[in-house]
Amino acid sequence: MSDSIDKKLVRHVAKLARISMSDAQATAMGSQLGAILSYFDKLKELDTEKVEPMAHPLDFTNVLADDQLGASLSCEQALANAPQRDECFFLVPKVIGDSQ
Amino acid sequence: MTAPREMSALALRDAIAAGQVSAAEATRAYLDAIERQDGAIRAYTQVFADRAMERAAQIDAARAAGKPLGPLGGVPVSIKDNMCTAWGKTTCASKILENFHAPYTATAVQKLEAAGAVILGKTNMDEFAMGSSTENSALQKTANPWDLARVPGGSSGGAAAGVSARLCAAALGSDTGGSIRQPAALCGCVGLKPTYGRVSRYGLVAFASSLDQIGPLARNVPDAALMLSAIAGHDGHDSTSADTPVADYAATVERPVEGLRVGLVKEFISDQLNGEIRAAVEKAAKCLTDAGATLVEISLPHSRIDVGADGTLSSYAVACYYIVATAEASSNLARYDGAHYGHRTPKTVGDIIELYSQSRAEGFGDEVKRRIMLGTYALSSGYYDAHYLKALKVRRLIAEDFRAAFGQVDVLLGPTSPEVAFRAGAKTADPLTMYLSDIYTISVNLAGIPAISLPVGLNSTGLPLAVQLLAGIFEEEKLLRAARMVERGLGSQELVPPAGREEK
Amino acid sequence: MTTTTADKITPIIGMEIHVELDTATKMFCRCRNRFGDPPNTNVCPVCLGLPGALPVMNRQAVEFSMKAGLALGCTVSAFSKWDRKSYYYPDLPKNYQISQYDLPLNVGGAIEVPLADGQVKRVGIIRAHLEEDAGKNLHDDPTSTKVDLNRAGTPLLEIVSQPDMHSAEEAGAYGRAMQRLVRWLSVSQANMQMGHMRFEPNINLHIEREGALYKTPIVEVKNLNSFRSLERCVEFEIQRQYAQWRQDPNYTLEKLGKENRGFDDVTGKTVFQREKEEAHDYRYFPDPDLMPVVVDEAWSGRIAAQIGELPLPRRARYMQQYALSFKEADALTQDAPSGNLLDEAVAAGATAKRVTNLLLGRIAATANERGCCLAEVGITAGQLAELAKMMDAGTVSASAADRVLVEMIEKGGEPLTTAKALNLLAVTDTAQLEAWVDQAITANPEIVAQIRAGDKKADKARGFLMGQIMKLSAGKAPPAQAKAMLERKLIG
Ligand SMILES: [Mg+2]
Ligand SMILES: [Zn+2]
Repeated sequence: MSDSIDKKLVRHVAKLARISMSDAQATAMGSQLGAILSYFDKLKELDTEKVEPMAHPLDFTNVLADDQLGASLSCEQALANAPQRDECFFLVPKVIGDSQ
Repeated sequence: MTAPREMSALALRDAIAAGQVSAAEATRAYLDAIERQDGAIRAYTQVFADRAMERAAQIDAARAAGKPLGPLGGVPVSIKDNMCTAWGKTTCASKILENFHAPYTATAVQKLEAAGAVILGKTNMDEFAMGSSTENSALQKTANPWDLARVPGGSSGGAAAGVSARLCAAALGSDTGGSIRQPAALCGCVGLKPTYGRVSRYGLVAFASSLDQIGPLARNVPDAALMLSAIAGHDGHDSTSADTPVADYAATVERPVEGLRVGLVKEFISDQLNGEIRAAVEKAAKCLTDAGATLVEISLPHSRIDVGADGTLSSYAVACYYIVATAEASSNLARYDGAHYGHRTPKTVGDIIELYSQSRAEGFGDEVKRRIMLGTYALSSGYYDAHYLKALKVRRLIAEDFRAAFGQVDVLLGPTSPEVAFRAGAKTADPLTMYLSDIYTISVNLAGIPAISLPVGLNSTGLPLAVQLLAGIFEEEKLLRAARMVERGLGSQELVPPAGREEK
Repeated sequence: MTTTTADKITPIIGMEIHVELDTATKMFCRCRNRFGDPPNTNVCPVCLGLPGALPVMNRQAVEFSMKAGLALGCTVSAFSKWDRKSYYYPDLPKNYQISQYDLPLNVGGAIEVPLADGQVKRVGIIRAHLEEDAGKNLHDDPTSTKVDLNRAGTPLLEIVSQPDMHSAEEAGAYGRAMQRLVRWLSVSQANMQMGHMRFEPNINLHIEREGALYKTPIVEVKNLNSFRSLERCVEFEIQRQYAQWRQDPNYTLEKLGKENRGFDDVTGKTVFQREKEEAHDYRYFPDPDLMPVVVDEAWSGRIAAQIGELPLPRRARYMQQYALSFKEADALTQDAPSGNLLDEAVAAGATAKRVTNLLLGRIAATANERGCCLAEVGITAGQLAELAKMMDAGTVSASAADRVLVEMIEKGGEPLTTAKALNLLAVTDTAQLEAWVDQAITANPEIVAQIRAGDKKADKARGFLMGQIMKLSAGKAPPAQAKAMLERKLIG
């Protein structure tokens, strides 16, 4: 692996991560990430063909709550930190549709 | 009569319960000390003086009324600024949450208060707990009380500096890859990372959800045990919280473990290990054997540390950790986008994507951005298998090593940090070097096991040295008792830095 | 469809349906799961995505999903887990959705879809997984969007079908069958107006021309929330894709793959949606905040036992056992509780035909007005049985029974006491009955003469006299008894 990841890839990842970056920042980021990633290449030394991935240190299951009403916040509390609001709605720049 | 700040949490608790000192006097003493000394150390991001005095008054009133005060009744403590409180701010030492007021309180903090503790304030940290020197705080730099030109370690640097400088009787920190243990080592106090799931994460601002764990920093092992008893236990608000019995750690900590089998981690005690730190590990081992323990050499092949031709260290665990942790972090930190709370760019933006991207660019520091980028990359299509999935498999190998080891021994012994406190600015230019500060602590989080760092004295330049003990899942009781055996072997002398000595 | 050549066109339609589960609380927090409350009032740190908040799974949501899955003939996975699906949108406060990616709760299965011609079509189900819904964006302002997070985190069952449908009618019928099923199981209100069901059809065409097979790109249309839009949209796409393929030989699946289009309800047309950048890179990974779900046979068995008879088998039974018409049986199997009324009333001794008439008459009319199901009108099976038996016994006439029912629907009360209070009970006192019969005969000598003459109009004349008797008695004369008495008097 190269010591630097190219700017196109940095831009792509930055877009996925929603972080705007100047050209100079993207270049710097590319070389830092490249150095870290080539260090991480060390993992390739290990044969993990037959190893089950481990996403979590604990293996318990079925942690379920009863369908019983609990406390909610008031809309005042919910919006207390809102950068911009319209009465009891959060306000953001225009978007189209719903995500679902 | 000993001054309140010179007492351990346990001693102070007993003194308050006995009416020898009031909670208000104790709290006042700490608030005054913070006022006097924290300008130089800068352990606290916020001090809740009025609230703390009110809480202390309630404790004193409860005592006057003959009510029980709780296991931490009147003990002034601090919490790391990544635990939500319904009062004050919860900043994570980040610009993006600089003015964030949480509408709820973290379970561990609630439990701490329910046990009678008085919360003095919130402590500084690396932004979102990402770092090993607290230099990544967007709010302030914290100094090491042993040498103000050096870092306190991180990310719970404020907590460790605060405990060490006697600006609180004990503290809560959080540990994702060593963030309690490494600063405890660098500041000369005790730091305990409990088993994953032992302490509720509800209200702890997530960095890496499968690794994060809240734990205590304290002046000695019994105090750490006392703090852990107060915060441990099942919480219905955290699906990863274990429904496993919690022992009264403070009650059993003084009992040495009979026939203790101690594993010396071969991979951690190699030639390149700093001689003074190696000596510290040997000293701790001697304490244990003197107390009747047997030593066994244990191998953790996947936590091995390799030295390159140019002297650079490398380890599977570090690589594995930085992929898992950053992948989870990239997702956990996606919510900070300026839409519903937190920093929103003041610039005029064309659309919401620009609002997100600009707010995040302004709100996050360089290290946080770097890790979000790294984690996003590791999860992105085309790179997922080679990085994220591979790391999860290596994680299993690392955990299996521990499982095998704890089939043979009760605890493992090794260094906490590869070096003593380093100078501020020494590693800020090279993120990789900074990552290697956690080379001995990281695999513990990957496996989910508990571990404790405890001081074993000072090096030739007067800086604290530390060792780390590790135990199997939910074996905190044994871990604390073993740690106490070391502590007693060392003469139970707490290390007090110049900055922490009471002015006479 | 108009084809200029001898092209043979087969529309291939698959569908994703999002069904809002009818739990009391949300999927991962205990905020109320309810439509229509003031904005941002059913919210908490968890569903607002605040720092430090953590999800805890709702048992009821899991069991509802299992129930739906089992009713669809799916296999409930022994092991399923939660994944995070990442994308940025203001109605998704964490900027990831908790969903199930590679190990969903239900896999495989099928649903029987009744078509208008009485045929039943089988549509395969690929999977049915559980996930959290997003909030709601309001677009009434030209420059900004208002966000309400009350819906954020409510439980959704996403049901993915095989591409087994071949027409707009089949797609619509599939949607309706699914609606009927989830209502039947009481796992969702499946109210279209409230957005409880949203459709995402995938449509393309297989076109055979001169022995060669051509496939158009697969078009996915997002977020349709009525049967009418679904059917119009599919119909439009079939026409549009064929027209476009004829114009442009490169308009093929091989060349273009999949595309997203949106449906405009006003114009009835779909419009191309520029592929959102990185739309496919959701970076799924296991959610470290949640533990997997392990379902053993005991658990799935308990849920399976709650399912009971499904709508289509019940419809067939009604036709066979109660001799109901297809239309009647179908109407009574739109939801389970309404059909249960019939079964329980019959079990209580009423005749099925009378109960059916009561249910599909006044009760159906009321349900229709109120926009609820028959059972929700509030008449119990016991009341229905009693009223039906009173009709059979002649205690109330059909018209009186209807008035009793109206009164009961409005004010409650039991059939007998209501009929009494309204003075609608049939009069069994012979002297009174005789007086009414005599009065009718005396007042209509010509009519009586016609009957006695036995002419062609005799039957009509008899009917007229019976009408008079009912009128005089204000509906309280028991018809059979009155008729018998009238006949005796006409002879005598
Ligand atoms: Mg979905
Ligand atoms: Zn909620």
